[in-house]
Formats: sequence, structure tokens, C-alpha cells
Amino acid sequence: MIRPQDLLCPRPEGLYCAPGDFYIDPVRPVDRAVITHGHADHARAGHGAVLATPETLAIMAERYGVDFAGATEAGAYGQAVRRDDVEVTLVPAGHVLGSAQAVVRWKGLTMVVSGDYKRRRDPTCPAFEPVPCDVFITEATFGLPVFRHPDAADEVARLLRSVAQFPERSHMVGAYALGKAQRIIRLLREAGWDRTIYVHGALERLNALYERTGIDLGPMAPATTGSKADFAGQIVIAPPSALQDRWSRRFPDPVGAFASGWMQIRARARQRGVELPLVISDHADWDELTATVDELRPGELWITHGREEALARWAELQGIPARALALVGYEDEGDD
Amino acid sequence: MRAFAELLDRLSLTSSRNAKLTMVRDYLAATPDPDRGWALAALTGELSFDAVKPAFIRKAVEARMDAQLFAWSYDYVGDLAEAVSLVWPGRPGANREPALSEVIDGLQSATRAEAQGRIEGWLDALPQARERWALLKLVTGGLRVGLSSRLAKQATADVGGVDAAEIEELWHALHPPYEDLFAWLEGRSQKPSSANPARFRPAMLAQAIDEAVDFAKLDPADYAAEWKWDGIRVQAAHEGGVRRLYTRTGDDISRTFPDILDALDDEGVLDGELLVIRDGKVASFADLQQRLNRKAVDAKLMAAYPAAIRAYDLLQEGDEDTRTLPFAGRRQRLEAFVARQASPRIDLSPMQPFDSWEALAALRANPPAGDPQVAEGVMLKRLDSIYEAGRPKGPWFKWKRDPFLVDAVLMYAQRGHGKRSSFYSDYTFGVWTQDALGQRSLTPVGKAYFGFTDEELKRIDKFVRDNTIERFGPVRSVRALPHEGLVFEVAFEGLQRSTRHKSGVAMRFPRIHRIRWDKPPGEADELAALERMLAAMEGR
Repeated sequence: MIRPQDLLCPRPEGLYCAPGDFYIDPVRPVDRAVITHGHADHARAGHGAVLATPETLAIMAERYGVDFAGATEAGAYGQAVRRDDVEVTLVPAGHVLGSAQAVVRWKGLTMVVSGDYKRRRDPTCPAFEPVPCDVFITEATFGLPVFRHPDAADEVARLLRSVAQFPERSHMVGAYALGKAQRIIRLLREAGWDRTIYVHGALERLNALYERTGIDLGPMAPATTGSKADFAGQIVIAPPSALQDRWSRRFPDPVGAFASGWMQIRARARQRGVELPLVISDHADWDELTATVDELRPGELWITHGREEALARWAELQGIPARALALVGYEDEGDD
Repeated sequence: MRAFAELLDRLSLTSSRNAKLTMVRDYLAATPDPDRGWALAALTGELSFDAVKPAFIRKAVEARMDAQLFAWSYDYVGDLAEAVSLVWPGRPGANREPALSEVIDGLQSATRAEAQGRIEGWLDALPQARERWALLKLVTGGLRVGLSSRLAKQATADVGGVDAAEIEELWHALHPPYEDLFAWLEGRSQKPSSANPARFRPAMLAQAIDEAVDFAKLDPADYAAEWKWDGIRVQAAHEGGVRRLYTRTGDDISRTFPDILDALDDEGVLDGELLVIRDGKVASFADLQQRLNRKAVDAKLMAAYPAAIRAYDLLQEGDEDTRTLPFAGRRQRLEAFVARQASPRIDLSPMQPFDSWEALAALRANPPAGDPQVAEGVMLKRLDSIYEAGRPKGPWFKWKRDPFLVDAVLMYAQRGHGKRSSFYSDYTFGVWTQDALGQRSLTPVGKAYFGFTDEELKRIDKFVRDNTIERFGPVRSVRALPHEGLVFEVAFEGLQRSTRHKSGVAMRFPRIHRIRWDKPPGEADELAALERMLAAMEGR
């Protein structure tokens, strides 16, 4: 009798696959790693060998330098790769450019590690592909019924209404440098904003990488040149930490916006002094999490990180056995 | 409902007054009748429903989802209306989204039980959490989005480019949804009539005098002086059998002060200071606070804190509008009017004779015995001035008493809001205390966030960042040692005893007067100095 825990089990380094001798998204250096996506808490430097999508490998090289791992292997979406007795297939997760679920198959048992994912359309990456499985191992960053992200296009429309309402001020949008920033820029382009978008230096390299993979971000310029008045009526994108930083003083009376799923909670927005919270997330919200589990109807649900107890309870109420792995080391979106 | 919800959402997270004005003005200009009028009524507190209690909302949501999941959600969010608005399982397409006016009509025409059913239906139909949140704020009473009714009226005035005083004078003659008001503001009809008994008359306000410039140009013989009382400005109106008491911005506070209105026998409109007066003597502002902001008062409270009006102007006598008479003429009539009421609840603010500015300055520095000792300063009114709404330059001046000053040491700094969110601009400062062993330490005595220029703010901000000891979220504790730290000369208007403050004293209206870059913190004041000031204030 094959048990799921013989294939994958939690260890302090991360989720470990014994028959294939590799870790998925390990939080400390290991010999063999499978990396689901390029966010720093999932993709760390210093592993012996890394299997990831070509886009994720490019992101890691951009962030850590080309020698970020001893050896790398690019696994294109849908292409099965063998690790000893185990077959690993990377499948789109819809989270950010290059993000993947790891589908792990061994002796007729299929386990899917979702990585971070969302179910909504994202103009910068392919959509999440549901894969039938025996065990679905999901994230639960927004695993509480209060997290229900509105349509991202509506949120961007609110931003543009505010820009029109306050033409003498600049709008500073805090956005995570990998994924969120580029998605916001694409959403702005789709909404018809064709003016130059000003960007913080911390975003430039990843923006360039996205453009190299064929995602057109339109006219952009560094937010560091020009006088204060030049930024009136303009949109500036910066990492969230820059919103309250001295860096923001170069702009005229900036309206602080922050694009994050956490902005759903007013106290969070107030705490950070955010005037215009934009509820735009690259994670699945409660409805997406529950709809995904409902769609897959796995034999078991494992939950890696986030608010596990609520999702576990919901699954139990649906008759799906659930187990919280309580993996540590994964950060909440935008809590930098 | 969507535009109204977006407005409330943005107001609640915006601190800038100008930005709020823009948001409300734009909303009122872009939203059709009658929705905008109902929104204005809600924003000015004219509409307040308590159609449902929190317990009902909780029950309704628990009927729709697992109670444990809701409990975790509520616990995480901390606010019931917000938590419910987020978790409410939408039934898209269940019903048409209601407009704001449909919600108002629906609530006004319903019994309590019917209202509850309607609210559940609307929650089902509203597609966005933001809209459900706005609905719940509306039906549970009190929007609390940080907008004063005065600001809402200013924004309304801005829609038509008229003066806010015009809206205030009209206000009590108008009824939601104010279609006649908007028609006038948009130039589609005549100005609505303000002929409404005991309506509010917009107040005349004084300019702060500039000692260095103004006295040289003014002739003391043209002015009357009286004391500036430390209460709140009110207007008491008795007209056509209707009695009303208003704040200086036209908020109706009649229900809180029936004792005063009962004493107003004759028909007329008084302008004066609301105070607690015991045996003819003014009590502290803290006593007055016991009477303010209460929906209902009982005999016991009225006896313990006897409120009164110290009258200083008469705007209407019987049927006659007296605002066009000169001050001297109004004053004569006022004296006779107050005498006729013959009640300790309505007395007269006495004139203070003087013959030169120097003599008045001496009186201001050393007020005569009695109530003038607790006055905030003196008022100057031109004898020939008519009663003019707003703050005209010249006829009336206020000349405040010099503030109290103390040297205190910066202890904590907090990030500001809005424009100042990248600056440490809110300062908690302290003075020295000594324990039994003679060990000196700082105890916080107040907090101030203005009184400095933008350039000074930049310099203080840098000082805070360079001298941070610890960080707690948006607050930093700052190095404050006898030879290292920053001293502020803090100005304030008065001191009160306070059990809520560790130091035992609370300042009124503290602000940064000067920044003493040169002064070592060890030479700042001791708490004993504040205690002496307090004793002197109490021992008049």
C-alpha cells in the first residue's frame, strides 16, 4: 500500500520527495531542488541542482547572478522530467511569469504541489491548469472567507478615476517587484493608459526581463529624474516599502496606493497610511481556493502555508480529509 | 450605491481636508437627484437609521455560513460591519442592485421586521464588499468616515460656487433629498427660501489681531472690548414658538440643553458663549465637556453641570432682524433683552472699558478678579460694525492671552498622515521628574504635530531618524538624555488634571513654539513647573 507521505513529506528545509531525493521550494540550500516560481521566499540561491521553468530560471539568474545554483535544468510547461523513480511535470500556476505547479507521479500516485497560484486572468502569465490528483497540496495565503478579491480591472479603473480627480498630485502605486508590478502596468495599458509610467529603480531589471519574454509594458521612465511638477497627474510604480520612504518626497503630494490582497482589510490600509487601497492579488482568494478544491476533489488536501485552519475546516465540511503542514519560511504577499 | 460606497471608502482613508472636499464636491456634481441629496443627508448626519442591531447582522450571516468560519473571520477583521460585508456570500443576479434612494425609501417605509428582510435582500444583490460595507454603515447609524457636516456643506457650496454661509443659513429650512438646493446651485431655479422659524444664522467670526501691525492703524475709540470666554460659541433662537440651540457651524444641539432654551422667554436670536456657570461663576471647560455630545440629559446632570449662555450679541428681536444695526445699537438692545429674561441661565458678557491699547494690554496681561481670570483673552468689536457672516477683516478681532510655555524633551515621534506620511511629524514630549532617590527621568506630558515650518520638519525628521533607539510600528523612540536629545519650547493654552495621563496633567492645544537646537535636554523643565502653573490656574 503506497502512502502519500512516502512520496512527499514536510521537513524543516521544505517539502521533501524521498524516492526522487529532491525538495520543492526549500528555504535553505539543498542538493536537489524543484522551484515553483521566482519569488525570493520560494526561490533561494545556493542549491546544488535546480529544476524550474525556463522563465523562473531566468528570474533567478537576474536576481542572484548566473551562478545561483551548481546546475540547472529547464522544465518547460507540460514536459515530464524524471528524478530517479519519480516523474515531475511543471504545469502553469497563473501566479507570476514562469510560475508552476509541480505534478509529482510515482507508482500510480499523483500529488500536485500548487506553489502560489491564482485562478484569474493575468496578462503576464498563462492561466492555472487544474490537474486531477490523489493529493492536492495548496497554499492558503488568503485562506479566510474575508478575502474575496474584486475584479482587478475595476480596481485599476478606480486608480484611473483618482488620477483624473487629482490632476495636481502624483499617484504612487506600491507593488511587489516580481509579477505584481508588471501585471499592474499591463492592466493600466489595457485600460487605455498609454502615457509614460514612472518606475522605481528596484523594478527596472525585472521589467526588462518581462519585456524580453514578449510582454509589452509600453513607455516607462525612471522615477528619479525630472522636477516635482513633472510628476503631477502621473503614475509611479514602486516597491511597497518606498511608499512611506523619503524616496516619495520627490513627488507632488502623492496619493499612496498599494496593490495587494491584504488591502481588503481597512485596518491594514490605515496602518500603512494607504489612501487608495487596490485589492489586486496574485494569490487565490477564498472563493478561488475553495472552487479549486471543489473542482479537483482530491482524495486528500494538504495545506502548505497561510491561514490553514479555515481552509482545512471548510474541506472537512465538504468531506475532504485535510491536513495543515504548517511549513515555515514563506512570507505573506507584500508584507515586505 | 456604487458611487456612494466608493466615496465613503475613500473619505475614510483620506486625511487631507482639501482632498475630502474634492471627493464630496465631485460626487455631488456627478450624481443625479435624488441619490446625491440622500448622500448629503447621510454625510451631514441628518439621516440616521438604526434599523438593525449588530446581533441581527451576526445572526443573518451565520444563517448563511459556518459559524466557526465566521468567528475566525470576525476575529481577524475586528469590525463587525466590515467582516460581514466581506464574507457575505453574494448571489449575483439574485436581484437588481439597489440605488441609494431605493435603500432610503425602503427603510423609511418599512417596519423593523420588514427592514431586516430588505437589508438581507440588498446584501445579496450588492456585488461588491465595499457596497455592502457602505450599506451596513448606513443602516446601523453613523457613517464615521471623518467628515464634518461643516465640510460636507462647504463641498455643497463648491458645487454652485456660492459661499458656505449661504448654505448654512438655508440649511434648517431644507429637507432631504435637497432637490431645490441643487437646482439653485446649478442655476436651474431661484434660491430656496430660508424663512423657517428659529433657523440658524451664519455666525460672524473674528480675525486674530496682528499686534505688530494692526494697533498702529486702529483707533481705540472706535472699538469696544470684552473678554473672550473659554466655552463654545452658540446661537440660541426663539421664533414663532420654536426654540433651537445651534453650534457656530449650525449643528442643532437643542436636545442637549433644554435648560437653557427653557430660560429663553422672549422671541429673538442670541449669539453667545456656552459655559457651565455655578453661582454666577464660570466653571472649567472640563465641566462643560460633561454636558456636550449627549443625546439625552437628565435633571441630575443639569443640576450638577448647570449650563448657561453668556450672551454677547443679538441677531433678531421679535420680528426684527437686528443684524444690520451697528454693534453699539445691538448691544443696547441685548442688555435690555438679557435683563428681561431674568434667568441665571442667560447672562451678559460684560464690556471691559479701556482708554488706550496700552491699558488694554495691561488688563489682558493681568485680568481683574473674577471670571476674566479664566478668559482666553479679549475681543475687540468695532462700535459701528454690522453683523456680517463669515470672517470679515477689520470689524472684529480676537486677541488671545499669551500662551503658557514650557521646555520639554522629544521622546517619541510618529509618522504623519497624507502629505506627511514619509515624515516623523507627530511628537510626544516629556519633562523631568525625580524619584525618592533623586533619580531623574522623563515623563510624557503631551503630543504636538504643528507649529513648525516645512524646513524645520525636514530637520526634525532627520534628527529622529539619526537618533532612533527603538521602533514600534509607525512610532520611534528617540534618544533623550541630559546631554543628548532635542528640546522643544511648547506653547499651550491651559492645563487640566488628568488621571489618564501618567504625569497627571493634560495640556490644552499644545504646539511647538520654538525648536531649541541649542539647549541640552537636562536643562528642560521639570514636572513641578507644570504643577505650579496648574495650582496658579486653580487658585484664582
